[in-house]
Amino acid sequence: MSKPIISARNVAKLYKKGDEEVHALRDVSLDIARGDYVSIMGPSGSGKSTLFNIVGGLDTPTTGEVLVDGHTLSDLNSAQLAWFRCHKIGFIFQSFNLIPTMTALENVAIARTFAGVSSADARRDAAAVLERVGLGHRLEHLPSQVSGGQQQRIAIARALVNKPLIILADEPTGNLDLKTGEEIIALLNEMKRDLGITVITATHDMKMLSCSDFVVKIDSGSIESVTAKKDLKITVGSIDGETVM
Amino acid sequence: MGAVVDKATNVDNGQVPEQTDISWAIAFRVSLAGVRRRFGRSMITMTGVVLAIAFLSYMLATESIINALVNLNDDQLNTRLQQMGINIFRGVKTEPMTLLLLGLTLLTCMVGITNSMLMAVTERVREIGTLKCLGARDEFILKTYFIESSLHGICGAVIGLVLGLLVAISVCAYNYGHQTLLSLPVLSLAGNLTVSLLIGAVMTVTASLFPAYVAARKQPVEALRVEE
Repeated sequence: MSKPIISARNVAKLYKKGDEEVHALRDVSLDIARGDYVSIMGPSGSGKSTLFNIVGGLDTPTTGEVLVDGHTLSDLNSAQLAWFRCHKIGFIFQSFNLIPTMTALENVAIARTFAGVSSADARRDAAAVLERVGLGHRLEHLPSQVSGGQQQRIAIARALVNKPLIILADEPTGNLDLKTGEEIIALLNEMKRDLGITVITATHDMKMLSCSDFVVKIDSGSIESVTAKKDLKITVGSIDGETVM
Repeated sequence: MGAVVDKATNVDNGQVPEQTDISWAIAFRVSLAGVRRRFGRSMITMTGVVLAIAFLSYMLATESIINALVNLNDDQLNTRLQQMGINIFRGVKTEPMTLLLLGLTLLTCMVGITNSMLMAVTERVREIGTLKCLGARDEFILKTYFIESSLHGICGAVIGLVLGLLVAISVCAYNYGHQTLLSLPVLSLAGNLTVSLLIGAVMTVTASLFPAYVAARKQPVEALRVEE
């Protein structure tokens, strides 16, 4: 493996809930190579989301450090983190999180203007990316006027518009039906293949496993296993057998 | 971590630059999209401002118009003014009780704006978090909420002051006849309008500071939190 794009070293996260201490993560170390498609699996409360937030620079670990693209995230101030999120990371959410008062085009273009691009150029780039995800005919629609799958495509376009290194997708198929979910996964996989973007998804969804290069299983704040795709084929049956949900 | 990062610094020499501030123009566009597509909601918030400023503008305009009529010193008009209980030697001056009422109205209106903006912030936690995930800084969120409530305030104040003025003129014209319209004190009415607009603007801006601050402090993690 070449120099990893994400490297988590002995990351632990401790929350205080009243008098109780909650170990969301315990001593997690993980390397992810550039261009990989990694699925993080685990039941809710397993620390999956915490790991996700820390990698995305949304949350800071209690101990340990996270390097993304060679930068130690805990060394960055909030303005640098904002820059980092804007230019390096594309976020995709379970509930799409589009701005309901903005059209598809505006939703994507706003992300582009955050990167310092002029409004006219941002609209042009946004239209191109929306075209790329198959929504060239929906530019002026509001999120409420398109289907769930199309909303998630808009969100993917928004995540891609600043040409990020990493896409962080939190349960991207969680609110979609089976067929639409598969289409979204295929789209993410295509982006990974064509643009060399590192895709990290948190998921319960077995469909996502088939195109993952690695599957990381996490439980009670620790990594249980990291399985490469070639070994995965054999174990799919057993994973399927478990009720991970 | 107060380290000042040179504007020219980029990632190539190992430093992550600071996200530059996003312009007022973009913040304005985001706010305007919100106000336009949540128009019904905006109208309700604005109504409070409209009524309070209409009241203020009505009081000020009535005072100016009646004082102008008193200055005419027309016999017939003076009789009528006296019938209405106005001292034709001193003119009118707003009573302390009325001022108190006016003050309370304005205060209630301010609390109303703060309240509805705080509700809007709570409703849009996910939206704020998402914008921050996309690279918005606290200042940007502050700007958008500030612009949104200022839009409510200024539009509401303009409608309110015109409304108050029209009502004041109509009521005076009804009570004192056509003389009112012939001798409108244009200059002092213009002064009244300016005062009402200023009070309306200062009031809404003050009322929106706290909600905008609360919005800006929301964390991006909130965007990822599953269902509320």
